[in-house]
Amino acid sequence: MFRRGAQNSELETTNNMLTIKNLRVAVEGKEILKGINLEIKAGEVHAIMGPNGSGKSTLGNVLAGKEEYEVLDGEVIYEGEDLLERSAEDRARMGVFLGFQYPVEIPGVPMVNFIKTSVNEHRKYKGLEPLTAGEFLKLMREKKELVHLDSQLTNRSVNEGFSGGEKKKNEIFQMAMLEPKLAILDETDSGLDIDALKVVSDGVNALKDPSRSTIVITHYQRLLDYIVPDFVHVLYQGRIVKSAGKELALELEEKGYDWLKTENV
Amino acid sequence: MTLTAKKIALSEKYTELFYANQNKLDEGSSNLFNRMREIAFKRFEKAGIPGFKNENYKYTNLERVFGKNYRHVFEYEKVDVDLNEAFRCDVPQLDTHVVLLVNGWYYAKNQPLENLPKGVVVGSIKQIANEKPELVESYLNRQAGLSDDPMVTLNTAFAQDGFFMYVPDHVVFEKPIQVINIMRSEDPVFTTQRNLIVAEKNSQTKVVFCDHTMSDCEFLANNVTEVFVGDDAVVDVYTIQNQNNKANSVNSSFFKQGTNSNLLTSVATLHGGLIRNNLKVEFAGEHAEANVYGISFTDKKQHVDNYTNIEHAQPNCLSNQVYKNVLDEDSVGAFTGRIHVVRDAQKTNAFQRNNNVLLTDSAQMNTKPQLIIDADDVKCSHGATIGQIDEDALFYLRARGIGEDDARMMLMNAFAHEVVQKIRIEPLRDRIDELVEKRLKGELAKCHSCDKN
Repeated sequence: MFRRGAQNSELETTNNMLTIKNLRVAVEGKEILKGINLEIKAGEVHAIMGPNGSGKSTLGNVLAGKEEYEVLDGEVIYEGEDLLERSAEDRARMGVFLGFQYPVEIPGVPMVNFIKTSVNEHRKYKGLEPLTAGEFLKLMREKKELVHLDSQLTNRSVNEGFSGGEKKKNEIFQMAMLEPKLAILDETDSGLDIDALKVVSDGVNALKDPSRSTIVITHYQRLLDYIVPDFVHVLYQGRIVKSAGKELALELEEKGYDWLKTENV
Repeated sequence: MTLTAKKIALSEKYTELFYANQNKLDEGSSNLFNRMREIAFKRFEKAGIPGFKNENYKYTNLERVFGKNYRHVFEYEKVDVDLNEAFRCDVPQLDTHVVLLVNGWYYAKNQPLENLPKGVVVGSIKQIANEKPELVESYLNRQAGLSDDPMVTLNTAFAQDGFFMYVPDHVVFEKPIQVINIMRSEDPVFTTQRNLIVAEKNSQTKVVFCDHTMSDCEFLANNVTEVFVGDDAVVDVYTIQNQNNKANSVNSSFFKQGTNSNLLTSVATLHGGLIRNNLKVEFAGEHAEANVYGISFTDKKQHVDNYTNIEHAQPNCLSNQVYKNVLDEDSVGAFTGRIHVVRDAQKTNAFQRNNNVLLTDSAQMNTKPQLIIDADDVKCSHGATIGQIDEDALFYLRARGIGEDDARMMLMNAFAHEVVQKIRIEPLRDRIDELVEKRLKGELAKCHSCDKN
């Protein structure tokens, strides 16, 4: 079971949506990811769990293209392309979506402009015409319902004055608007009450289809009751130290992470 | 030459200029102007052109620009083209009465303004001071005349012409007046312009000043504008500064507000050389409100300095100030915001904010709040920030597929928008938004909305 991804990677790279090979990443000179290997096929849901500071968010950010992260070694192949060579905006347009752990407030940038620009940039990349105002509003109405996003919120600036739960819903709303192929949800559950958690998970599940994959980064097992993973990986000190099916999440919930630390260090 | 010797030489230059031309200045001007000249000039001589040692001009040394040689325009010069034809401001839907001034003088061939409300007077201050002195007398120099600022006293000494507007009691003048100040010359020119706006009790009016250059040479303008906002009156004064980058100017504006009056003034600085904007608001009655805003975009060697002084001389008044600067390349900005709450001005609300974004390592911003509060039951606040573009916000936008340049533009626009959205003339607000965007994209060398030959 251990490092399942690593063993398979050399054989089956071409069938994967995403293949991460020996990825090593440093932030401000400090190595955070120390050789990650992971493979994700279309339609799969992978959960990445692990204690604080193990590198979970770093993995999400580096896949999305945050520039402060220095890739020391390794490669990331997404749909046959070298993802690390592409700009953050191109990765998004290629279908990689990062649901932020801490969505940023951007006063002065209206939600509607933001989403519209974003959707149309995605369409442009695919060689499609921009949506008409009518089409756009219809799409927005539809997707807002999906995540029960308060209509008033889209009249505001991006995330400005949103509550924690509203910010997370807004992430899922954006995801619904953009319909990414690979969604990386970074601690989308943190700080959510059960009702909000259900809404968010319903949103994620509604988008599930055999051509899309999801990476759920989470601290707790609770979210995985709602978004059921195919695989669970434990990230510890910059390495995936255990990979298994969904039952691993329950085991972690029960026993904590300590047994893994002693097992692998 | 030592610094002191230089300063003396500069001072002598203006002394000579004044006395050599005093007759010319007096000739044809109303006594309302002439009687103040010498008094003002003597006060100017005491201080001289402000250099670094003048605390109020700490961030803007004017000796450099005032030390150069200019041609002075002491009489109206005929314009060899029809400016009404040559110059057009094509702001769509911005339906205004347009008034042109050239090198500080009221343009002789201005189209007559039609359908002005009864009693409204718009025109050349020189002419009106001569023909209807009763409209001017109680106002001219009633604010500027008390100022010790050498730039203001210098203006008082040399002022001959400028824009005048009078709105009588209870008149709501809906259509904005657009005053287009054009600088046009083959050689460097020094101009002095004096404007006066009087909005009487319970009247309402909006004025838009557009500062432009029609030639690429150096200019130096030393302008003063006095505005009187009567009891219950509502006045908007907007200024768009968009000149060539060799055009330097000092603009001193004075606002005196009566009881329950409401003022909104906003300045957008897009292009220009060295620009210093002095602004003073004085509350002469209670329950008055002043909203004072500024936004500037600078690059290359531009220098923009805003200096505000809000005098809370009466209780129960409100002042709001928001100034923002976006500084690129080697440009320099400054903001000084002085708020004075006098001893019995209780229940004063005075708020001030100055936010700045530096886009390069060599851009420079100086900011200085100065609050002097002598009353004890007041709400006053000030805040200043100097920072870079928010990298987290930039990444957030890019992670949604928005290209880096577009994302930066969105953030800059958002930064500016807070100031621009306060403008109470919608087409003007849209136009400034658009100018700001063009300015940020580097498409705006001069005001492209002005179609000129």
